[in-house]
Amino acid sequence: MHPAFSVIAFTTLSGAGYGLLLWAAGLILLPALQGRTPANAATVLLWALLLVLGLVLTTVGLFSSMLHLGKPGRAWRAFSQWRTSWLSREGVFAVATALAVLAMLALIGAMIVGALPPAWWSAMPILAAIMLLLSLCTIASTAMIYASLKPIPAWRHPLVLPGYFVFAILTGWLVLMALVNWSALSDEALGVIVLVTFALAIVAALLKLVYWHRIDRQPLGATRGDAVGLPGRDVDVFERPNTQANYINREMGYVLARKHARPLRAIALLLFAAVPMIAAWLAWANPELAGPVFTLGALLGLAGTLVERWLFFAQARHLVTLYY
Amino acid sequence: MTDLPPPSKKKLGLVIDLDTCVGCHACAVSCKEWNAGGFAAPLTDEQPYGKEPSGVWFNRVHSYEVAATEGCASSATPQPAMTLHFPRSCLHCETPACVTVCPTGASYKRAEDGIVLVDEDKCIGCKLCSWACPYGAREYSEVEGVMKKCTLCVDRIYNENLAESERQPACVQACPTRARHFGDLGDPDSKVSRLVAERGGVDLLPQLGYQPVNKYLPPRPRRTGEATAAPPQDETLDTAALPPMLRWLDRVLSR
Repeated sequence: MHPAFSVIAFTTLSGAGYGLLLWAAGLILLPALQGRTPANAATVLLWALLLVLGLVLTTVGLFSSMLHLGKPGRAWRAFSQWRTSWLSREGVFAVATALAVLAMLALIGAMIVGALPPAWWSAMPILAAIMLLLSLCTIASTAMIYASLKPIPAWRHPLVLPGYFVFAILTGWLVLMALVNWSALSDEALGVIVLVTFALAIVAALLKLVYWHRIDRQPLGATRGDAVGLPGRDVDVFERPNTQANYINREMGYVLARKHARPLRAIALLLFAAVPMIAAWLAWANPELAGPVFTLGALLGLAGTLVERWLFFAQARHLVTLYY
Repeated sequence: MTDLPPPSKKKLGLVIDLDTCVGCHACAVSCKEWNAGGFAAPLTDEQPYGKEPSGVWFNRVHSYEVAATEGCASSATPQPAMTLHFPRSCLHCETPACVTVCPTGASYKRAEDGIVLVDEDKCIGCKLCSWACPYGAREYSEVEGVMKKCTLCVDRIYNENLAESERQPACVQACPTRARHFGDLGDPDSKVSRLVAERGGVDLLPQLGYQPVNKYLPPRPRRTGEATAAPPQDETLDTAALPPMLRWLDRVLSR
């Protein structure tokens, strides 16, 4: 499949954005579940910062995906077909998530200026839970756009859906770490951070290694004989219908990545899994460097995710290529 | 709405005879000609002339070499190698994924006759429908920024300004070998349905479950084996029947 940069940037950025919103929801829900009220103004400001950044990342991602449209001005129509289309569902969930985030930011603003009595803080965890659920639904819809396409066996693979969740959580975590590590954290907190970073990076790396191993050995599920209605016959291309490449060749037949798959996979693994672990280890060894190290780690981790997404597209073979 | 309508009684579609198709591309060219001014107009060429011509076509004709076989899933008897010409266009599937993935409702399947169409005023050009189609039926027009696809010449088949004999898709009209047939595949007694039954018409990629309405008639079985020309027979000459002069010549020359 042709890897359109706007779509790859969209899934990477919005994935990180929804991941960040998941972690933000966790940070808001955790004290509430333990029965504590927000400890101080700094915590509330952190919440606001995470929510704003999550909103910015997801919105930039969505606008980037609109660049891929032929008629971006009609994009509003894409909210209408949620009954059958995962793309439409994604749009609906994305807007609903954005509304939940805006509601939380409005509540935080109102509480800071004192427009509402302190009892209103109890609405915060409820909104966070709603946002958590909507973010999960949005990530799942994004993954299902690909996982529901029968002509592309590599995208039908059962690891595609968990893959999108793992990468959202990993990249969201990396962005979160790039933010919180600029303030001095306790050794205990840093220890937890190192452990979580290692765990997420290892899960993502294993998932991707298994996925790549499987799709390399996965048959296309049909032969050229099946495609022309002569199953079992050995069919070779004699003359193509067009002398130059057409839309089908350009969009569905993309061979560059399959040629360079190994080095690109190594680069992706290095950037999204090894680099964050090295960053965590460096921050553990030199806590005063945690801020810059994690920021660099997050940027490189996002770059690695971009490479991974590029491969996800470029390596996927579409059944229509059988005709060519 | 991109919800599929309940299965229609009438299922208009094409039956393409791979036995008689000679790969002349007349169907593709006449399709391009008609649709450049029809329902899906314009059928734009991004690059009509020059070194790398490219544009949108609803119909593309492939040619393949089919290797000889000793018998396989599609042919019980041994078959020699052959050339296969294969016109490829929208199959107007019963359960078209290109319609259900559409986020805007621009893609739809008509409840009355099962034709799959694009409402270009609603299409946002996200290309997802082309990803969902294993048959490569949908092509994106860079110029209009929307998706284009075969309309089964919906603007011909019901067109009362045309003579009744011309109310069929342009590709069917143009075919010089009558390899393309148009009709109602939902009616088991229609000419096309009988043709499919008689010739063992097949679905393309049935394992995907899109249930194409268009059917392809596989090439008829070819004769195989060594050339079995009869060995030259000894010529016999009844000399008794010859005139005396020739009988004498025969006797002299046979010596």
